[in-house]
Amino acid sequence: MRPENSATVEFVSRSVNEGFARTAAACFAAQLDPTLDEINDIKTAVSEAVTNCIVHAYPKELGKIRMKLHRYPNDLLEIIIQDWGVGIADVEQARTPLFTTGTEERAGMGFTIMESFMDSVRVRSTLGKGTTVKLRRHISRRISGARG
Amino acid sequence: MGITCTCRDRILCVHLNGELDHHGAKSIIQEMDRQIGAELPKRLTIDMGKVSFMDSSGIAVLLRARRRMEELEGGLVIQNVPEQADRVFTAAGLHRLLRFE
Repeated sequence: MRPENSATVEFVSRSVNEGFARTAAACFAAQLDPTLDEINDIKTAVSEAVTNCIVHAYPKELGKIRMKLHRYPNDLLEIIIQDWGVGIADVEQARTPLFTTGTEERAGMGFTIMESFMDSVRVRSTLGKGTTVKLRRHISRRISGARG
Repeated sequence: MGITCTCRDRILCVHLNGELDHHGAKSIIQEMDRQIGAELPKRLTIDMGKVSFMDSSGIAVLLRARRRMEELEGGLVIQNVPEQADRVFTAAGLHRLLRFE
């Protein structure tokens, strides 16, 4: 299945870019005419994924984060967030609620929130090579008529 | 992200505003800790009415407040939670751990 529309943004792992990333994702999602709740869910999930990159993938130095946004037929939004950081040793453990290797400003709920707010969350990680998180969400069709 | 605090009769009110994410959470936790240490409140109220966005970093802030108030054997109440933040709290099961008004 080929995307109908795509965008890619790259940024360094500075925490100030958490706000940039979720706002950029929300701007891309706007073409699907989402509800306010849907926009907020997307922003929250992206915020969690990007914060994981900033806190865990690059704990000691700045690194590159790439966010790819795809719009597929049938109102499917896909967001791929990739880093080239330390990787996750045990992905299942990382997805467990309340598990965190981070400091006190992390609650260990990042993946739980992503899973609650997205239709699917896929994580691929290789130690020393990096992590890719693929988020998918169907946007409900509110009114009949074509979307640009 | 902003924080303002008022204290009267050892009731500390913390008002949060703006986007509460990991970028903002560290300074919020530091300032809240400083205020709790200075005032030793018997009750802490966190007003989230002006929080325009919150991710799981907000959970960390509230759990930190809960731990500090448990140490002081004081009460903690969370007020005026916006809908977006409430969805995050619900997903995390936080309603079982904290008192919301």
